[in-house]
Formats: sequence, structure tokens, C-alpha cells
Amino acid sequence: MSILVIAEHTNLILRPSTLNAISAAQKLGTDISVLIAGKTISSVTDAAAKCDGVTKVLAADTPLFEHHMPENMATYISGFAKTFTHILVPATAFGKNLLPRLAALLDSQMISDVIEIISADTFKRPVYAGNAIATVQSTDSIKLLSVRTTAFDAVSVTGGAASVENLDMSGVTANDKSTFIKAELTQSARPELTAAKIIVSGGRALGSAENFSIIDKLADKLGAAVGASRAAVDAGYAPNDYQVGQTGKIVAPSLYIAVGISGAIQHLAGMKDSKIIVAINKDPDAPIFQVADYGLVADLFEAVPALTEKL
Amino acid sequence: MKIFVPVKRAVDYNVKIRIKPDASGVELTNVKMSMNPFDEIAVEEAVRLKEKGIATEIVVVTIGASAAQDVLRTAMAIGADRGILVTTPLATDLGGLEPLAVAKLLTKLIEKENPSLVIMGKQSIDDDSNQTGQMLAALLGWPQATFASKVEIAGSVATVTREIDGGLETISTPLPTIITTDLRLNTPRYASLPNIMKAKQKPLETIDSSTLGVDTTPRLKMLTLAEPPKRKGGIKVASIDDLIDKLKNEAKVI
Repeated sequence: MSILVIAEHTNLILRPSTLNAISAAQKLGTDISVLIAGKTISSVTDAAAKCDGVTKVLAADTPLFEHHMPENMATYISGFAKTFTHILVPATAFGKNLLPRLAALLDSQMISDVIEIISADTFKRPVYAGNAIATVQSTDSIKLLSVRTTAFDAVSVTGGAASVENLDMSGVTANDKSTFIKAELTQSARPELTAAKIIVSGGRALGSAENFSIIDKLADKLGAAVGASRAAVDAGYAPNDYQVGQTGKIVAPSLYIAVGISGAIQHLAGMKDSKIIVAINKDPDAPIFQVADYGLVADLFEAVPALTEKL
Repeated sequence: MKIFVPVKRAVDYNVKIRIKPDASGVELTNVKMSMNPFDEIAVEEAVRLKEKGIATEIVVVTIGASAAQDVLRTAMAIGADRGILVTTPLATDLGGLEPLAVAKLLTKLIEKENPSLVIMGKQSIDDDSNQTGQMLAALLGWPQATFASKVEIAGSVATVTREIDGGLETISTPLPTIITTDLRLNTPRYASLPNIMKAKQKPLETIDSSTLGVDTTPRLKMLTLAEPPKRKGGIKVASIDDLIDKLKNEAKVI
């Protein structure tokens, strides 16, 4: 068993999702290499080398990989991928963009969103918005998996002492495919949604972007991240990267507070693995109460400020 | 400019699915089926590009049983010009035709049709893989612009805004290219009754997948399909004080 984890990082720091992917790799074996592909990545390679469980860090340092464009990255990785039995990425926008492209180049049927590793070739993954769990067995010689970060505890960022191998990038050339123009990232001092211990999420019932600020205030009081339902994002109350659900972010915090969210199955698919769910909703029949540990039937415009005040 | 739009027939997003008693799949008999919502967004985007005078022809294709031609008619009612049904005996949701095989079949059609742009949904809401567009791009050697929330085409370049985890990213991609749609790209129109009638007259070609020279044998064996662990419903609390007390002393999460 020889496992490659393709790291998600910012060229400066290792993203927490990578720690979950390394943790999934540990379920497969102990020979775990982590590929850092990017531009001027020494701080990332140092961090990866210290992670628990990592045996080798492969550094692919080139300006061509600065923005992690999948056309360049997939072609490059396909050149040496077959020395591994398994290739893992976190099932984030980064991993979802890259790994299927690599899988097609390797003629392997990738397995998306793995939540459990049963054996070297058998995995569990949710389908139909998490309303069914499929157990699938791969017959491909190289297995490509994107792993759901909430299903695997992050490995420790200390304790490892992996060697770092700088890969020879001299023969790697740019293709004339896509080019990066800009990124508009939501600026926030709050914890990252997918790694937060507490999340406060708002739904359509907030009614406007201005009203959505009561969610922010409660979140700040709790040191929580802010999420939103699709309806709230579509209505423009919250940015797209706040969306929790089947096709948005999958989260599993210790505490998820759903405010003014009715609980469509697509939203539940993104948060029902949370440890404790609180629902605040005016409608006592809202489906969210069927999954909530604690339900409060109340007008959110009174309840949320009062809760913020009393905490 | 020709736009090629692959679409999929899937269980309607409002349906609460049931797993077959033998755990071999999801019960699809007498269940409402619709066009995968992300694919509807793809069709709408193609039609808007045609209305702007950028596209001249929209070809929609689906792969499935003969019933899948419903979604081609729906796409043609929205504004696609013609349809291609690729028939397969394999299931298209789980344990049958897989994303890699779909990408290979689509590659064959694209090599023949020679479109400048492929727009397709980022994922289907049945098997939730989110793979086919990226795989198709790889097999064709084309660029990819996944999870698009805005598309602008000027000459032979598409500028695409993508939904990523931290916010938005904008890339430029030369045509021919593959764009996969995210939810915010557009709101698909409802097809009008006259357009639904007109769509019945539009050309629809049927191709047997076995004639395309692609090995579609599944690479994955689906061993079982099971219900997820059920979450037990909890309690209603009477007041905010009660809620805070429960969170602090019972759940111990704050």
C-alpha cells in the first residue's frame, strides 16, 4: 500500500482539510506521501512534514501551480501517479475540481465523498443527498478517492518528522489552457465553516441581508462560524461560500444552530452529522425539528437577540 | 457557435427516495423523474447565449433508457434545437453506467459534433459524484471551468466566475471548453405550452451506446445500499433560558 495525499493549501499554509485527508490515508496504510504543488511553498512543506502519520513530503514548487489550475496539475501528477496504490484529496472545491480530471487521465473510476474506508478496495459513500449510503468495491488498479472531511478526524500537526523531497520541475511546461484572473475571498475573522466547533446558520426567514446581521452577532458571541441555507444565499442575504447542504459545504460541528431554516432534505444533507442541533423556527411543524436535539418555537427576531444577550 | 449540453434524467429533487428491500438500489418504479436541476441550469445558460446571438445551435444529449428522451423534450421546450438519446441497458443512477463511462461516450459524440462549448451540470443529484465534466475535459484535452456562477463569452474566450470554498474565483478559458454549472448561474425558465408543443417536432436522434466503441463495464461493484443512521428527534424547549441551560449542562457544548 502506497498512498498519496494531494494537499490543499494556500502556498503559505496547509488547509485543515488536508489533515482530514491524511487521517483517511492512515486507515489504508502507513506509507503516506503528501504532495504540495504550488509556488514558493516551503512553509507548507515544513508544516506537512510535521503532521502525524506523514512519511514523505513531495514538493512540486513552480509558478505554474500557484493557482492550482487542474489542467496543469492533473497532467503533471498523472506522470508519476501509478507508483501509488491510492490517491486521496479532501472533497472540497479544490479536490472536486482536480481529482476527476486526474482519474480520467489514469483511466480510473474515482470514488467521491468517501465517509468510511472498509478495506483497501471497499468504501462507503453517501448518495441521493445522504439519504442512502452505498458500499462500493473498486476493481481499478489505482484507487482515487475524495474524502469527506467531516468523516475523518484531523491528524495532529505535530509529532511527524517526514523527509521532504524537492521534485525536479525543469521539464514541466505550461499549457495554453485556463488562466487565473482573480479570487474574491470572503474576509472574515470567524473560524472556517468546515472546521468550526460551533456554527450558526440562517435561512430565508431572516428576510434581508441587513437582518442577517443578527446571525453574525450570535456567532461572534459564541466564537462560531456563520452558515446559510440555499434559500438565504439565493436571496442574497449571505455569500455563496456560506451555503451548507448537499451541493454546498458539508459540516459536522459540535453545535449547529439553525435559525429560520425549514430543513429541506438538501440542507439536512449538509449538517445532519452535527453532534448537537438546535433549531429556532416560528413554524412548529418545520421539518428541521425532526432532526433537532433542542427545538425552540419562537420568532427569531426576538429569540436570537435575546439568546445573544443572555449568553 | 455550437453548444453541446449533456443532461441527465434523475429522481425529482422533491422525492423522498426509498431503498429497495434487497439493498440493490433505489426504487425508481412509479417515482417522479425530472431533468437533473444543475442540467436545467446548463440548458438555460445555453439558451441565453443563443438569445444573445453568441450561440447558433444547441444540441442536447442524454444517456439512459428510452424514457430518458423526456428530458430531451424538456430541454428542447426551453430552447435547445435538437436532441440525441444514447440508449444503454445499464442503470444511470447507481451501480451501472459510471461517470468515466459517461465521459467516454460523450467524448465520442463531441468528436463527431465538434461543438465550441460544452455546458453541463456540476453533479447529478442521484449519485452526487461531481466528476463527469472534469473527466470529459481531461479526455478531450480541453480546459475546464467548474462550478460556474457567471459566464461571459467574448470571441474565442470564456470568462467564468467559479464558486469555491472561500468565495469566488474568476478564470479565463479559451474555447473549446467545458463549463459545469453551479446553482447561482441562472434561474431556469418554465417552458411555455406552445414551446412544449413545438419541442415535439424538433429532431431527436437515437444512438445505441454499444455502437460507439466504448467499454462501459462498471469499475465499481455496489455491494449494498443502506439507510443512513437515523437521527433521533429531540425535545422542544420552552424558553431561551431553558435552551441555554440544556446546552451548558446537558449537551455541554457551550
